[in-house]
Amino acid sequence: MPSTTRPLSPHLQVYRWQIQMVTSILHRATGVILVIGSLLVAAALLALASGPESWACVLGLAGAWYGQVILIGWTWALAYHWLNGIRHLLQDAGFGFSIARFVSNSWISVIGSFVLTAIVWAVVAWCGGAA
Amino acid sequence: MSQSDKYRHPIKNARGLGSAKDGVHHFMVQRVTAVALLALCVYVVYLLVSLIGSDYQAARAAVAHPCNATLLVAFLVAMFWHGQLGMQVVIEDYVHTPWLALTSQLVVKFVCALAALASIFAVVRIALGA
Repeated sequence: MPSTTRPLSPHLQVYRWQIQMVTSILHRATGVILVIGSLLVAAALLALASGPESWACVLGLAGAWYGQVILIGWTWALAYHWLNGIRHLLQDAGFGFSIARFVSNSWISVIGSFVLTAIVWAVVAWCGGAA
Repeated sequence: MSQSDKYRHPIKNARGLGSAKDGVHHFMVQRVTAVALLALCVYVVYLLVSLIGSDYQAARAAVAHPCNATLLVAFLVAMFWHGQLGMQVVIEDYVHTPWLALTSQLVVKFVCALAALASIFAVVRIALGA
């Protein structure tokens, strides 16, 4: 949302896509998604505090097909932000900065997020279905 | 403003006063809450999965347990704080219209603070059996 007509420095569209960009963009995107999700956490806790009817409403939404889709996507966003957050903390400590390591640990974040999501939902299914 | 002040560069007033001493505060709090959330998120996901199939009373009883209530409040504080810090950076990077940037920063701060207070209130209310 630029308020001036000044020329801007080159942005995403001029770069060849590479995994390092993907991890950076996804970290921000999942962060924003999780902030929205945090409001749902607050709403669910207020519903639990309010009474059985409002809690039944939460369970109904979570159990519906769109609720399940949102919950699975939410799980993935958390898994990704969690894993890539560890990566960022390790980078803050000075680890993993060689180009080869940087690329390989980017892939660990991306692939690992799907693996973590699959594990969580396998446990959910094993526990007898969601919500 | 006197005539001579007009030609004085603003940095002249800042020099020698030292830094504001909180230059890395945002960076540090973002990381401290991140480390806390690494553990607390695993705990919350475990708690949620363990509650699958339980009824309203069981869910309330779980939240009311002192250990769970304490960890949930810790999770909520860290989560909303971390979320506000992250949204602040996103807005700083992408919103360049001054009034819109200021407004959205305020909205994010107020929404995060209110959501944190409301959800902590809910946990405390359940924990105290109201």
